[in-house]
Amino acid sequence: MRALDLDYMLGLVPVILGYVPLTLFMAVAGMICALVLASLMAVERVIKVPGLDWLVILFISFFRGTPLLVQLFLFYYGLPQVFAFLTQIDGVTAAIMGLTLHFSAYMAEAIRAAITGVDRSQWEAAQSIGMTQAQMMRRIVLPQAARIAAPTLVNYFIDMIKGTSLAFTLGVTEMMGAAQKEAAGSFLYFEAFLVVALIYWIMVELLNQGQKVLETYLNKAYAR
Amino acid sequence: MIRIRGLTKRFGDTTVLDAIDLDIEAGERVVVIGPSGTGKSTLLRCLNFLDRPEAGSIAIGDVEVDAARASKKDILALRRATSFVFQNYALFANKTAKENIMEALVIVQGQPRQQAEQRALDVLAETGLAEKADSYPAALSGGQQQRVGIGRAMAIGADLMMFDEPTSALDPEWVGEVLDLMRRVAERRQTMLIVTHEMQFAREIADRILFMEGGRIVEDGPPAQILDAPRDARLKQFLRRVA
Ligand SMILES: Nc1ncnc2c1ncn2[C@@H]1O[C@H](COP(=O)(O)OP(=O)(O)OP(=O)(O)O)[C@@H](O)[C@H]1O
Ligand SMILES: [Mg+2]
Repeated sequence: MRALDLDYMLGLVPVILGYVPLTLFMAVAGMICALVLASLMAVERVIKVPGLDWLVILFISFFRGTPLLVQLFLFYYGLPQVFAFLTQIDGVTAAIMGLTLHFSAYMAEAIRAAITGVDRSQWEAAQSIGMTQAQMMRRIVLPQAARIAAPTLVNYFIDMIKGTSLAFTLGVTEMMGAAQKEAAGSFLYFEAFLVVALIYWIMVELLNQGQKVLETYLNKAYAR
Repeated sequence: MIRIRGLTKRFGDTTVLDAIDLDIEAGERVVVIGPSGTGKSTLLRCLNFLDRPEAGSIAIGDVEVDAARASKKDILALRRATSFVFQNYALFANKTAKENIMEALVIVQGQPRQQAEQRALDVLAETGLAEKADSYPAALSGGQQQRVGIGRAMAIGADLMMFDEPTSALDPEWVGEVLDLMRRVAERRQTMLIVTHEMQFAREIADRILFMEGGRIVEDGPPAQILDAPRDARLKQFLRRVA
């Protein structure tokens, strides 16, 4: 056993930190797209649009039923062989799209459950005052569902941040890719990947703390 | 003026409303009584399509709907001509008392916010809850929540106000204040259709009482006739039981 090369690790920290913005960019972009897609699918699952329902069920089943890495490879390396226009897509875009599709399937289920968690009599009250279905969803149901789903969605965001490391396999130089390149010169693989692990860990811990604050806030909601 | 003809509702094989005919004059206060499971709630809920009737026609104010052919537009029109007070209050948990009342005025009726807010505050004052305007339902007692529920229905200014057992979910200590508010609504000659088990209240407030049994209106008349001189055997038995 050899001692850790702490100086090397300290020197590597700023290098890897330089790639944190890319990681956050992929995660935030993926999260925003996934939230939109998931909300649409969740609302569809609740009100069941004829002709669309089976498609949404199939989508959710596939993206929850296969590994993210397989989906990314299928998307980035596989599909362009079938659809030529997809060769234009770079690794970052492909990763964001892959993360979006994958996590939207999970988040759709979480949001659907949250929508069902809104007391049915409030739906009826909204209908009884003459609201349209869209008004009821937008003003009464979704705001309350968002509060119910928020802690779960933060967890998916954390998973998504960790998931961005898979972009490495699509040839994107993100935190993992950068560490790999550094280590290829120094042969200090353990130190390099340990730095990556620690930086992920700290990011996720910060978000966990944020989530605790969020939950306290949400538990106090509507109590005035 | 409300005119209901042949209103029929089935859940699966069971007929819950069996071709109901009913006329209610403007300003009339009608109370519905009857044993559990005889379709009282379903009658109210079919009038605004919270439950969809299979057949019959409903005319409320200017709105006329043939149940079998009701379009989304028809249903919205019926709902906008009526208001509903729920047994469990059903306040919007994400809105304050004031916002619960404003919601229909701003979003459904398209009133300017300021006007709607003024109306909501006026209604809250009438319900005795002026100081609770900015409270969320979670911070209100059952009785206060139901008074907001009634305020929400009052503010709409509907042709017909419906109440489905508005005091049944309340602790006894809050029943009085809710009945008092309903008396004040009744004094304005608001057309009301009320399902209740409060017989003393029914006697006091009703112009007419309907006794329902097995999805039909079995007896229909002024309180003195229904409560003091019942003819139908099932009504006699029902009154013995609730007395
Ligand atoms: N959604 C539903 N699905 C199936 N059956 C229903 C449904 N809603 C009501 N019913 C049935 O319809 C019948 C009438 O119910 P309703 O709620 O109108 O009775 P009610 O007179 O209001 O009774 P209560 O005094 O207990 O409130 C009952 O037999 C009930 O079981
Ligand atoms: Mg009932």
